[in-house]
Amino acid sequence: MLTINELFHAQLKVVNVGLESFYEAMLDQNTPACHIDWKPPAGGDPRLLEILAKLSR
Amino acid sequence: MIAYNEIRQNAYYDSVTLMLFSSKLGEIPGVREAAVMMGTDHNKSLMMNSGILKSEDAEKITANDLVIGVLAEDQSAVDAALASLAEQFENKKQSTAGDEHLRAKTMDSAVKKLGEPNFAIVSLPGKYAGTEAMKAMENGMHVLLFSDNVSLEKEIELKDYAVEHNLLMMGPDCGTAIINGVALGFANIVRQGNIGIVAAAGTGLQEVTVIIDRLGGGISQALGTGGRDVKEAVGGRMMLLALEALKNDPRSEVIGIVSKPPAASVMEKIVASLKDCGKPVVACFLGADSALIEGDNIVSASTLEDAATFMVDLAQGKKVESCEFTVPVEQVESAVKEAVAGLQPSQKYIRGLYSGGTLCSEAMLILEKAVGGIYSNIALDKKYALPNVEESVENTLLDMGDDYFTDGMPHPMIDVRLRVERIKKEAADPGTAVILLDCVLGYGCHADPAGALAQAVAEARAIAGDRKLVFVASVCGTDADQQRRSEQEEKLRAAGVIVMPSNAQASRVAARILSAI
Repeated sequence: MLTINELFHAQLKVVNVGLESFYEAMLDQNTPACHIDWKPPAGGDPRLLEILAKLSR
Repeated sequence: MIAYNEIRQNAYYDSVTLMLFSSKLGEIPGVREAAVMMGTDHNKSLMMNSGILKSEDAEKITANDLVIGVLAEDQSAVDAALASLAEQFENKKQSTAGDEHLRAKTMDSAVKKLGEPNFAIVSLPGKYAGTEAMKAMENGMHVLLFSDNVSLEKEIELKDYAVEHNLLMMGPDCGTAIINGVALGFANIVRQGNIGIVAAAGTGLQEVTVIIDRLGGGISQALGTGGRDVKEAVGGRMMLLALEALKNDPRSEVIGIVSKPPAASVMEKIVASLKDCGKPVVACFLGADSALIEGDNIVSASTLEDAATFMVDLAQGKKVESCEFTVPVEQVESAVKEAVAGLQPSQKYIRGLYSGGTLCSEAMLILEKAVGGIYSNIALDKKYALPNVEESVENTLLDMGDDYFTDGMPHPMIDVRLRVERIKKEAADPGTAVILLDCVLGYGCHADPAGALAQAVAEARAIAGDRKLVFVASVCGTDADQQRRSEQEEKLRAAGVIVMPSNAQASRVAARILSAI
């Protein structure tokens, strides 16, 4: 794990989760990046999400 | 009228991609309404309200399902919309099919594929974003958390973890950062250099970095914190950590800080940290009492442009110097004279329609000195809070990136439709004399905002008919940005807009015009 000041001297390697345009911006700047094809957990069902959250505690 | 529906199960796309798709469908002749959305409860109710989704269909749709709804005059318009959509999906598929594209299903597999990633950009819907941001930090990544609607408790939890592990946790609601020359989020391509900035103001950071670039200066690091960081409850946790990092960064010879005024207790801590940093500092707390920001090594700036100018002056070892206009004053005076000539007696007011919240605040601070209180959805004084955001009152400036406008719609920096509609609405008001605009460029932003605004200007003039309308704008960006600043400025000028080199100067020109009416 790099500290903030170590990060300032490192090559950024970026994980993008969410808007794909931010991932495309990384590619455009020749910055290594991986885009996560994210989907809402439990199909976005609030009741199932609550159960999942309890299980992961 | 034909209502067409289609549900594609388990096909997830992000909201910006889909809104851009929807926007293109809406332009097809004969299409009255079109929406391509994920089936969240919020989206389903939006689609039901506009008549493109039936309630019996809505029940079986989940947030993982893609919903296509088209309301069109006839079948041929529906067919044209579907053909256009198929083409857009195909283009999307092809644009992300190359070998250089690395994709994963989960954070864990992304970490494996990339091999010790050190940074994450998280822009998921707010209720999921905090969890993913925490996962990223637990995997050793610094984070830019773009999402809003993350709870205060979650923000504090994330930032406590970040402080404990010396990680950047920029956000929630952090739009912009530049790290090691890489533009992250809504950010511009600027020169690298010896100025390190921390900001609790997204477009504020964009405006400052692009002006620094224009003046020949450069950025070592530009860090964001999210606006809520400097409120009492969060206590400046990330602001203070970021300042400490810039203090310890040998490449950041000058430090800049840009924010709306922090809570008093937070301001005290920030000023103490700045005084102690051993480097020259430029502080721009828009609207704050400059007496609170004194220190031998600290210069206070009252506008974003002054902040950028002072940072470059200090970085080049010069004395700081404020400047009202960077274009010849005669040119300003003649533009004002020409603008005022021919206005009708009813035309007395300014309407500012902003995509950048900090730019809107800066404009209000400048304008209120000339014309008094400005009505707004982000009013500087509660007395001038707009009772109904849909209706402008006297002099009104709107931050159209505020939650009220972005609920179910993309941010106005990405999608200009709402701003275009509002420009036309203000044009129809006989009281409107001046319309003030920002035009923000960079990664994440609209591909041609000036082109879209120029078209809106022409439509607005047609609506106003005999009444002349004065448009004033500034472009926030650089020639290295994909949209190219000089080309964007030219498009606005060609549409008869007075284009100034900064938002502060655009606001001053607008103030002069109003004073001369």
